Amino acid sequence: MAEFQPVLLANIDKDDSHTLRAYESFGGYAGLKRVFGEMSANDVKELVKGSGLRGRGGAGFPTGLKWTFLPKDYQGPIYFCCNADESEPGTFNNRILMEEDPHQVIEGLIISCFATASTTAYFYMRYEYPLAWKRMQAAIDECYEAGYLGKDILGSGYSLDLYLHRGAAAYICGEETGLIESLEGKRAWPRIKPPFPAVEGAFRKPTVVNNVETAACVKQIVDRGSDWFRSIGVQPDPDNPRDPGSFGPKLYCLSGHVEKPGCYEAPLGLTVNELIENYGGGVWKGRKAKAAIPGGISMGVLTADEFDCPLDFAGPGKYGCLGLGTGAVVVVDETVPMVDFLHNSCQFFEHESCGQCTPCREGTSWALKMVNRIKAGKGRLKDLDLLLEIADNIGIIPGTTICGLADGAAWPMKNAIRKFRDEFEEYLKRTNPNGYMETDPVPILEIIGAH
Amino acid sequence: MATVLVDGQEVEIVDGERLNGIQAAARVGADVPHYCWHAGLSVVASCRMCLVETGRRDAETGDITMLPKLVPGCQTPATDGTVFVTKSEKVVAARAMVEEDLLIRHPIDCPICDKAGECSLQDYHFEHGREERRADLKPFTSRRRELGDTVTLFVDRCVMCTRCVRFSREISGDAELMVVNRGAHEEIDVFPDFPLDNKMSGNVVDLCPVGALGDRDFLYKQRVWFMKSHDNVCAGCSTGCSIKVEENQDKVYRLKPRENPHVNQWWMCDEGRYGWKHVHDAARVTLPRRAGSDGYENVEWSALPDELDAQLCASKRVAVVLSPHLTVEEAYQLAKYVRGIDEQALLVLGPVPVEGEDESFPSGFTIRAEKCPNRRGVEEVIVGLAKQLVTWDDFRGRLNDESFDAVWVTGGYKTDWNDESDADKLSSVPLLIVQDTFASPLWDVATYQLPAATFAERDGSYVNYADRLQSFEWAVRPPAGVTTEGQLYWRLLKSQGLYNSRAVFDEVTRELVYFTAAAGVECEFGIDLKVNQLAAT
Repeated sequence: MAEFQPVLLANIDKDDSHTLRAYESFGGYAGLKRVFGEMSANDVKELVKGSGLRGRGGAGFPTGLKWTFLPKDYQGPIYFCCNADESEPGTFNNRILMEEDPHQVIEGLIISCFATASTTAYFYMRYEYPLAWKRMQAAIDECYEAGYLGKDILGSGYSLDLYLHRGAAAYICGEETGLIESLEGKRAWPRIKPPFPAVEGAFRKPTVVNNVETAACVKQIVDRGSDWFRSIGVQPDPDNPRDPGSFGPKLYCLSGHVEKPGCYEAPLGLTVNELIENYGGGVWKGRKAKAAIPGGISMGVLTADEFDCPLDFAGPGKYGCLGLGTGAVVVVDETVPMVDFLHNSCQFFEHESCGQCTPCREGTSWALKMVNRIKAGKGRLKDLDLLLEIADNIGIIPGTTICGLADGAAWPMKNAIRKFRDEFEEYLKRTNPNGYMETDPVPILEIIGAH
Repeated sequence: MATVLVDGQEVEIVDGERLNGIQAAARVGADVPHYCWHAGLSVVASCRMCLVETGRRDAETGDITMLPKLVPGCQTPATDGTVFVTKSEKVVAARAMVEEDLLIRHPIDCPICDKAGECSLQDYHFEHGREERRADLKPFTSRRRELGDTVTLFVDRCVMCTRCVRFSREISGDAELMVVNRGAHEEIDVFPDFPLDNKMSGNVVDLCPVGALGDRDFLYKQRVWFMKSHDNVCAGCSTGCSIKVEENQDKVYRLKPRENPHVNQWWMCDEGRYGWKHVHDAARVTLPRRAGSDGYENVEWSALPDELDAQLCASKRVAVVLSPHLTVEEAYQLAKYVRGIDEQALLVLGPVPVEGEDESFPSGFTIRAEKCPNRRGVEEVIVGLAKQLVTWDDFRGRLNDESFDAVWVTGGYKTDWNDESDADKLSSVPLLIVQDTFASPLWDVATYQLPAATFAERDGSYVNYADRLQSFEWAVRPPAGVTTEGQLYWRLLKSQGLYNSRAVFDEVTRELVYFTAAAGVECEFGIDLKVNQLAAT
């Protein structure tokens, strides 16, 4: 593993790596030319399917399979959306790609669009990435000039228009149907599924939504073949017939209390410990780690004892977390109270809940108010159970919401309280010595009196 | 034919019928609570109150496989083999959760809320909610702001079902309403300077499952549990929307639309909704009077039928003007009565008020330019009895060279419908009986002034522009001094007892071929009389 050479990030430190001139000098767009020369759309689809590539945006859905959900021989436009609304706390892998190697993403996108017969692609970028925005737009302009985008690309007869769309800074736009709604100029309220975007997406037409890193992986698979891709990562669990395996390199974002935070490329299946020690230079100032989030905050929390958790698509699930998510690891050291951690998480999800479904809208807001109360020294033991009850009942897994935002809000609550219950109880007893045992409901008269 | 299993009971769904979980459950009497879903609007599945368990029954083995998670009933189609469970422990817990969530920031100001008594949040809370409040947060007081001339928003009562927003986009089409802010800070609002201002705006109040949207006309006028609701038909235009008249002690407080898939779906226009004020107008005429040598003198209702009968029987040439505001039964009785006196009595269709042009909305709902409920019905009574239709204008023309011994004019219009020239033309008639709700130039030259009833006081049937006949009964009694047209004509015809519109209608269906399709049929959505016309041609 140690000798693994970065592929996706191979060129990011080179001079002017974001320009077309530099990208072509590294052999860029050769793969695209080969695709147009030798391959049919179906060949590319089969190649990606065979590589076992799973979406890098968070859910880990097999990319090739997603493409095959498009209606066959569809007469009419198929749209392609690149999801660059990278808002998951702790995540910045797409940003590195867009800022330092935008052409790698664009090449992957053109290939993906060719494979899915899309002739219009939208690049939905979050608002808060001004440099990425500038470089992406410059790269798109260069591509139009060089004939990689536009009509009849490289004489292949295939045409593609790519539009860069800047979001307005909302986490929910990273949810694929929220993204589509926002793209259409509407409020980013995720749609009810079915129909899935592949059947009816942007502008009511079949639509594929893929992540930035996924597009970059497609480019690498075309260049190096699916066998190369399958040689990296974790094989499917033989005991679980539904596990498609976790292949390929992954960009891990390491931040929080580590010596060298950053975005590191490693084969899927790296453990949290390896990431912290081999790449991050250990925990900050030689302190002890207390916890880490395995892949963006919505995936939950790992305790320091669980740092042997492999970061592949199946790994964090075995440790009580939601999944790999975006592969963004945030390390929390021993000086941080878990109450503060939970407060931060609740604040984020209360702020970002789109407000469509009652359980998420009210659940996230109620949870934040309860954690605020705990932080103010008025918490009671029963609040912990109530928080857990909220967390256990919101999300698409219990079926009470339309999209997965609520699951993401629930997981850190569940994990933090269940895995650090003693610490929470100790905090309540210390900050609210007289009232922590209180169990009575709020007297109803006082509430009426509030008017 | 598809078979759906709801709580163990089989529901048969005929081909072509598209039902969701809520509708399928209703077929076996299982009430699935819901806020955001409405049969007339798009499905958003966001309130999550209608969560149920679902699964599929294998057609061959009969084995049932259930989905592990809950699904919204509104969004789940009922197809062959679909299984719904609406009463399981999981479903009950989910409903309690949504109720608890919705009440966290709800002001719970039911004692001063207009919706109390017909509020889904209230009803569902009693049925599905928790007994204790666990959210130790003080609710807000309810801020309010006007969305437009007709509707007030009580911001914090809102449960964000977005029915009103979807209505303004999909049904009325002006899209004035929107959601502002995000998450728990969301509110319904309008853009500055673009208030809720369309001719269907009042419907959002009916759609609101809670007390967030208040009807400014009805606000604080009456508690809903004091009111009685009567099925009726709107007399505002020839669409003839099915409505409910809600009254307490003979005072109308509001009109609401009544679902009728053939006429108005779930909606009614503001013109109709607020168009009942004339019922309680202080200017309404309420006493029958006879012109005497020193002006008008009051007549007793008890003596009136015989007096009128005697005077009319002494007249040779009689004409009667039948207003399109009369019901079919009233028009028929009066026409039959005068034809009994003068076989050649002229039957005239009263003026048909037309204002502007028909106005259609994206949903297909149309406000008709013809501002009367029963032109078709009265026309057919006239044609059925006299074989020819004489309009008000024809009649005015004929007055130039024909003279009549007696003319009976019926009115009942909300707006001015005759002028001095009409009065001049008819003032020379020896016996001019004018029956109307308001004084007018014609009224002032009448020999007999008879007060008339309004739509809420009548019994009978209207036939709308599309030949759909709808019957209804009175909702309020007329003001003291007024006898309804139906009752007066009943007595003129010397029928026994009190006016019975049903008995008259039975006679109409026997005598007039146009109405035969309705013979012996009663249907809450009315009867399509065109069926009969097709058979006749």
